[in-house]
Amino acid sequence: MLFRTAGQFKTSYLKDQTLFPVRQDAILLGIILAFAWVIFPLTASEFTFQTLLIPVLVYSLAALGLNILTGYAGQLSLGTGAFMGVGAYACYKMITIFPEMNLLVAVLVSGLFSAFIGVLFGLPSLRIKGFYLAIATLAAQFFLVWLFEKWAWLYNYNASGAIQVPHVEMLGTPVAGPQAASMTQYYFVLVVVTLMTILAINLTRGTQGRIWKATRDMDIAAELIGINLLKSKLTAFAVSSYIVGVSGALFVFLWRGAAEPNLFDIPISFRILFIAIIGGLGSIMGNYMGAILIVALPVVLKTLPETFGIPISSATVEHLNVMVVGALIVFFLIIEPHGLARLWTLIREKFIIWPFPH
Amino acid sequence: MELLNQLFVNPFVDMVAAPDFLLQVLWEGLVSGVLYALIALGFVLIFRSSRIFNFAQGIMVVFAALTLVGLYAMGIPAWISVVLTLGVMFMLAVTIERVVLRPLVGQPDIILFMATIGITLFLIGFGELIFGGENKQMITSELGIPTGAFELNPFGGFLLLEQKDITAVIGAVSLVIGLLLFLNKTRMGRAVRALGDDHQAALSVGISLRTIWVLVWFIAGVIALVTGVVWGARAGVSFALEVIAYKALPVLMLGGLESITGAIIGGLAIGILEKLFEIYWGQPIMGGNTETWFAFVLALIVLLFRPQGLFGEKIIERV
Repeated sequence: MLFRTAGQFKTSYLKDQTLFPVRQDAILLGIILAFAWVIFPLTASEFTFQTLLIPVLVYSLAALGLNILTGYAGQLSLGTGAFMGVGAYACYKMITIFPEMNLLVAVLVSGLFSAFIGVLFGLPSLRIKGFYLAIATLAAQFFLVWLFEKWAWLYNYNASGAIQVPHVEMLGTPVAGPQAASMTQYYFVLVVVTLMTILAINLTRGTQGRIWKATRDMDIAAELIGINLLKSKLTAFAVSSYIVGVSGALFVFLWRGAAEPNLFDIPISFRILFIAIIGGLGSIMGNYMGAILIVALPVVLKTLPETFGIPISSATVEHLNVMVVGALIVFFLIIEPHGLARLWTLIREKFIIWPFPH
Repeated sequence: MELLNQLFVNPFVDMVAAPDFLLQVLWEGLVSGVLYALIALGFVLIFRSSRIFNFAQGIMVVFAALTLVGLYAMGIPAWISVVLTLGVMFMLAVTIERVVLRPLVGQPDIILFMATIGITLFLIGFGELIFGGENKQMITSELGIPTGAFELNPFGGFLLLEQKDITAVIGAVSLVIGLLLFLNKTRMGRAVRALGDDHQAALSVGISLRTIWVLVWFIAGVIALVTGVVWGARAGVSFALEVIAYKALPVLMLGGLESITGAIIGGLAIGILEKLFEIYWGQPIMGGNTETWFAFVLALIVLLFRPQGLFGEKIIERV
């Protein structure tokens, strides 16, 4: 009833291929956007901004980047964290060298550095496939994190070896650094994430997206119908690393405020891979659903025993948290290997025919 | 010129100047190489029989070692703790097969791979919850492993061979020989190899997939226990040991995912080469700690020339 498509006639192919062939989808997205742009910022507390809203956006952007590479182009990568690091360090260097630089420009440009490094480490993908490639991307992971640690120029020779976000203003309001308000930061991240999502949706819907999907489904067959694999795989690495790099810059500048090299180590790469897989490979929306799950879960696990008045030490909560996340990953993989996005598609199908069984 | 000198001349001059130190470095490399090979062997066994890339192998090492130490701390004699730990690893194998693998049969490789990462996280949380996260002492002497050291004087120099390292090498070698005998001479072992060659053909001659999977995961657990004891004796038992699991990955790439020979030779090669690189190139020129990435980069370079690793099955692709 809610999703009844009767009466929505398509009179041309163009109309059938629009972003929202069903009107209710557009309305639903409108509601979600209204929540994201108006209602959440108005009602959220400082705690909610810092532990839920901003992390969800940053992580979903990173997962979006990974999803383009793994979900659309079929190249499994375990080095996401390092590429986020490249974006973060590039942004840090640019902001400290040119303090007048607009932060938005800096964030968007820092993705380019990450894209370049991504292409470099993507080159082996032309020879190496599957798990071998996944391990090969670990080379990027370990090498880059080592480089962040050893190359003192990257962190301006700080004694601590960490990067500290300086005070940055845009149009007279502080957006990064210790004085920035959470709400400003949230809107900044939201703008970038929205931009990137629109870019990603249109890329994956268009020619490039089809080329990637063909490469993913069977690369030899794709080559035989005239797809240039070199170009296809490397553009996937470039676009993916670009988005991941941007999310890395946001991660440090608009959320964490400071970063040590080991922040970009393998756990974050895995966390983003979980988000992409639990959300659904080859889906844009899935990234957001996965990110909400992975970010919200620890918060829920932490607050749940408190509300019931069960005394649990914080170390125990930490361990339980890891355990539950592990079990949930297995659980979700078993009930729906194609992720939460597929789950939503199934529910939507049900809605369309409801209340009739067929 | 100075850089070229540092890259191509100085290291070799150093090696010739102090041959006893070179031998010491080689020995250290060999011992860690043996351990990498052991972990890689656990990976290879599971990959061959079920095409599952078992990321949890590294954490099983830690889990086995923690269980052993934890049981001993409860006042159970050392050798009985070993037997009990083996029991725990068997239970783990059964549980994993029953709860995780069976519902996921036939899913794409990446899904199974993710499931093993899920198992990894679960085991980390579970282990820390029960045994605590702090570093523990491995019960080396209680297990009857000698802890002394031999001092040799080759080339008039000085070479220190720790007895526990020698025990490690001997233990690993006998484990590998035992495993090869098992795989080649016994019924069950042949069934494992048959499953690795062709799932359907193996099923059609009456080999039970489930039994073999439990068996293979249990063997991986035994290997994990041995690795855990040996590595724990060197570095203590904590989840920091997880790092060595990552080291097994380039070993697999180098040797090939399906090859037992590859795992052994790859492990030894990476163990020795990364030590040599760290001592003679990494520390003087690059500020040290190159061991974290050297193996990966080496494997990557080898893979560019042989995409299936040195001993892997040739990848034949059809449309």
